[in-house]
Amino acid sequence: MKTKDNKIKILWQLFKATFTLSAFTFGGGFVIVSLMKKKFVEELGWLDENEMLDITAIAQSSPGPIPINASVILGYRMAGIAGTIVAILGTAIPPMIVISLISIFYTQFRENKVIATALQVMRAGVAAVIFDVVINLAKNVVKTKRFLYIGLMTAAFVGTVFFDISAMLIILICLGIGIADVIIPILVKKPVKERVKI
Amino acid sequence: MILQLFLSFIKVGMFSVGGGYAAIPLIQNQIVDVHKLMTLQEFTDLITIAEMTPGPISINSATFVGTRLAGPFGAIICTLGCILPSFFICLALAFFYYKYRQLGGVQKVLAALRPAVVALIASAGLSILVLGLFGGNAAVFANIRIVELGLFAVALFLLRKYHLSAIQIIFGTGVAGTLIYSFI
Repeated sequence: MKTKDNKIKILWQLFKATFTLSAFTFGGGFVIVSLMKKKFVEELGWLDENEMLDITAIAQSSPGPIPINASVILGYRMAGIAGTIVAILGTAIPPMIVISLISIFYTQFRENKVIATALQVMRAGVAAVIFDVVINLAKNVVKTKRFLYIGLMTAAFVGTVFFDISAMLIILICLGIGIADVIIPILVKKPVKERVKI
Repeated sequence: MILQLFLSFIKVGMFSVGGGYAAIPLIQNQIVDVHKLMTLQEFTDLITIAEMTPGPISINSATFVGTRLAGPFGAIICTLGCILPSFFICLALAFFYYKYRQLGGVQKVLAALRPAVVALIASAGLSILVLGLFGGNAAVFANIRIVELGLFAVALFLLRKYHLSAIQIIFGTGVAGTLIYSFI
């Protein structure tokens, strides 16, 4: 009985968290991912940081909206399939309500000065949250003291910001480098005979 | 038509890899070009709204298209179509991730992906900051908006020093900024 109550509590918390995050997220998928990191890793302590980064990489490389993808994985991690469904509902309901209302009051909405100002200034807050999360994450990458990781982070940043390389391509390249990082030490150590498998 | 909408958004959900902005041309193709359910002008309005309001862009678009064409029921059907592929694909990936992530080799591959993800999040943060500080104008020093710059600095300080929650910060800057602008 106790575990059942516990599960319902987790599901309810999961719903609350995804619902509020989704209601306050403006902009692309990486925005909500950094909010999720702050909420689930720093505030609730449900996941560790590496896990959240892995979830982000998977969510980014799968088809479909990134926030939904991340919710699916996060929900599964917290409470299996039921968790997945709850997290999807939490993420999808706020925009559905907002958009349904707006599609009725579209003209009033577009011409309302106060709403426009609020939406504009909130970006400063969203940017601050993302920077806060990035500072924590980047510190930990630097702490690994591995030249490969620090180099990959710098190169990926320069690549997206200055050369407009797509996120997908960057993840694929790093996936390749990661696989090479596993295979090369094995090849170097083992005799020629065992190389055939690759 | 409902079935057609549903199938269209399943396609959108299945083939938009890489987030909201990748979904826009797909939605345009399905809704405007192939099925002619909306004009291009309506579609442009839709994208503006989808970008201005919270939530994932593709969910916003799905709801908007659905509501316009078939009311609340249409909104639910379109959103469902958009989510369904994600649900199955990511569920499968989550299953494998949690099954194999402890393996040494998998750990090492994932470790190479993480720095890239950090960089991608940083670059998303930078584009939001540029949008916030310059309000869509050219990113040159003369165009910088002092109020937003101040809000950003204060918000970042509060986050670093007092670890306020994301919602407190975003809501707080919204209220503070709107008040400041209504007085100047």
